[in-house]
Amino acid sequence: MPMKIGEQPFFDRVDEALENDFMRTAMASAQDRLRGRKLDATVNDEQIGDWEEWRSAGEEIRRHTLENLDFYLNQLSENFSKRGGHVYFAETAEDATRYIQEVAKRKNAKKITKAKSMVTEEIGLNEALEEIGCQVYETDLAEYILQIDDHDRPSHIVVPSLHKNKEQIRDTFRDKAGYTGTEEPRELTAFARSQLREVFLEADIGVTGCNFAVAESGTISLVTNEGNANMVTTYPETQISVMGMERLVPTWKELDVMVNLLSRSAVGQKITTYITNLTPQLEENSVDAPKEFHLVILDAGRSNALGTEFQSALHCIRCAACVNVCPVYRQIGGHAYGSIYQGPIGAVLSPILGGYEDYGELPFASSLCAACSEACPVRIPLHEQLIRHREIYVAQKGKVSEKLAMKAFGIGASTPSLFQGAVKGMPAIMKPFVKNDSISSGPGPMKLWTSIRDFPSPEQNNFRSWFKHHKDGGDS
Amino acid sequence: MKISLFITCLAEMFYQNVAKDVVEVLERLGCDVNFPKGQICCGQPAYNSGYRKDAQKAAKQMIKSFEHSEFIVTPSGSCAAMFKEYPELFKEDPEWLKRAEAIADKTYEFTQFIVNVLKVEDVGAVYPAQATYHTSCHMIRLLKETEAPFKLLKNVQGLELLPLENSYDCCGFGGTFAVKMASISEQMVDEKVRHVEESTATLLIAADNGCLMNIKGRIDRKGKPIEVKHIAQILNTRVEGRN
Repeated sequence: MPMKIGEQPFFDRVDEALENDFMRTAMASAQDRLRGRKLDATVNDEQIGDWEEWRSAGEEIRRHTLENLDFYLNQLSENFSKRGGHVYFAETAEDATRYIQEVAKRKNAKKITKAKSMVTEEIGLNEALEEIGCQVYETDLAEYILQIDDHDRPSHIVVPSLHKNKEQIRDTFRDKAGYTGTEEPRELTAFARSQLREVFLEADIGVTGCNFAVAESGTISLVTNEGNANMVTTYPETQISVMGMERLVPTWKELDVMVNLLSRSAVGQKITTYITNLTPQLEENSVDAPKEFHLVILDAGRSNALGTEFQSALHCIRCAACVNVCPVYRQIGGHAYGSIYQGPIGAVLSPILGGYEDYGELPFASSLCAACSEACPVRIPLHEQLIRHREIYVAQKGKVSEKLAMKAFGIGASTPSLFQGAVKGMPAIMKPFVKNDSISSGPGPMKLWTSIRDFPSPEQNNFRSWFKHHKDGGDS
Repeated sequence: MKISLFITCLAEMFYQNVAKDVVEVLERLGCDVNFPKGQICCGQPAYNSGYRKDAQKAAKQMIKSFEHSEFIVTPSGSCAAMFKEYPELFKEDPEWLKRAEAIADKTYEFTQFIVNVLKVEDVGAVYPAQATYHTSCHMIRLLKETEAPFKLLKNVQGLELLPLENSYDCCGFGGTFAVKMASISEQMVDEKVRHVEESTATLLIAADNGCLMNIKGRIDRKGKPIEVKHIAQILNTRVEGRN
């Protein structure tokens, strides 16, 4: 499955990430930078007013849209078709890639330009198009870097090549594309631009994702900073946009709110450089619109969340605000998640889309600190959904020993005499392990704790006795 | 004012001095403190690990123990937040839901109770030290209490509070996370300890024994000369001439 990155087990990926000092330093400094910028464009920005009200508006818009998803999908589809566009509803990733392959074959397409899109990454579109002999060119700078570096995978939803520094990018350009310049970002960008300019002119098909689709007008809206999407959507005669079925808003009014939430939450921009709105054109003589426009609306597991406690995970607008504040992502980076969706939203979304077999461990890779829930501009209760995933996972695949331990916990916790017995008996049981008033090498389940930290020695005295004595006036 | 103490299982098992300090501070502030004997653990370890039914058993025991209380006060932002979570835990059981809501409404974290209910910001404590404060995640994000501990510490005579870099980042405790994801947790607590060291403070204060157990455990393992204390231990200090 293309959403999946690699076949290594989760803990191997984590170990590998923890050994990668460069990547971890890059993640930490990127987080600190992005967090500061986000705060300046949200809670600290007086111009925008009360950020919490914006979040509430965003949540309300997303909830309303998802609760009436069939209505708005139908409206979008009708309006898009009415203007001459072709709409295809794809139930699976395979359905989507097959449809797009058919369009490419019919057009006898050789070169395809793409603007950044997570959803095409999710369905493995590049591989599918290469399979039928097309050359696919990623035109977004970060995606371009990953593509020429032997199809490296994204490590961040908004900044996909976050795990690479400028020296590594220079080396990649040199080894894979014959670059001879320095690691100066401006020079690197100019090189990528010169490489891509010719491709833009030659492309037969342009492929984009979709940040939001406006149901009332049948419009695909793209939020970008580089302008490459405009080249991808204007030069080729055929255009294909792919969207997750949840990515729509009722009207332009809601689009305004969502774009504000997205650009401010993602990288702390008050407004993005480009907002490209594409509506199919019926007019024969239109000069700046593609002659053929396809919209692929993808389910691919999304409907698993509809009508469940996870429905609000579909509110996600892919801003990565949760990723940018996650203390776990900070340490392990994006690749360790094994999914193209990383961080807290990745740990919630990946099991919904891809199941617990591949992604069941991700919901446990969280300390439930709730920084994600606090950061989300549309108020997805991410840390609560991580707990819901854990509930389902342990019910299906939980270890027997853990289930028994939790059962014992339940019995102990509802039987005060047992609990008190445990508290009283603990010092004696733990005594052999206590040295200098703490435990540095504990038995059984304590082993993992004491492998890195000391454990406090149990209290010798009994608080309840002290309290009783204290209340009876027995102490000073 | 009659208050019922929920002393938390960690405090009862490992941090009795914290429990005693909580009692003494509240009594000094004029509270009539009682200790419902049926109390055990709030159920969070089971709830957060995905064992909802086992967590419900603990929650029912706690509800039974505390439902006749006027105020419930606990020296842990995290356990107080778990009490607030009880209605969610019983959302499909109307009878228990009602009882859970009643408990949630009258539960306060220790510093939150002193500042917001007793309306006291100076408890007359004195503690000369250069300290920094760890804002535990559940306290600031789930309980949404960001000010009470700072208001109290500001008035502790002799205490200089130094800023802590990236204070908003979790210390890596997270209950079972600390052992289930031990290698990630290690990196998180190491970063926290590094920031504490960089603050130049020689004392770390927090309002949650869970975080303190994690950070202190790592500080001690690394042999760092930093003291770690629960905020109740700081507030339960006095000097002649102050109330």
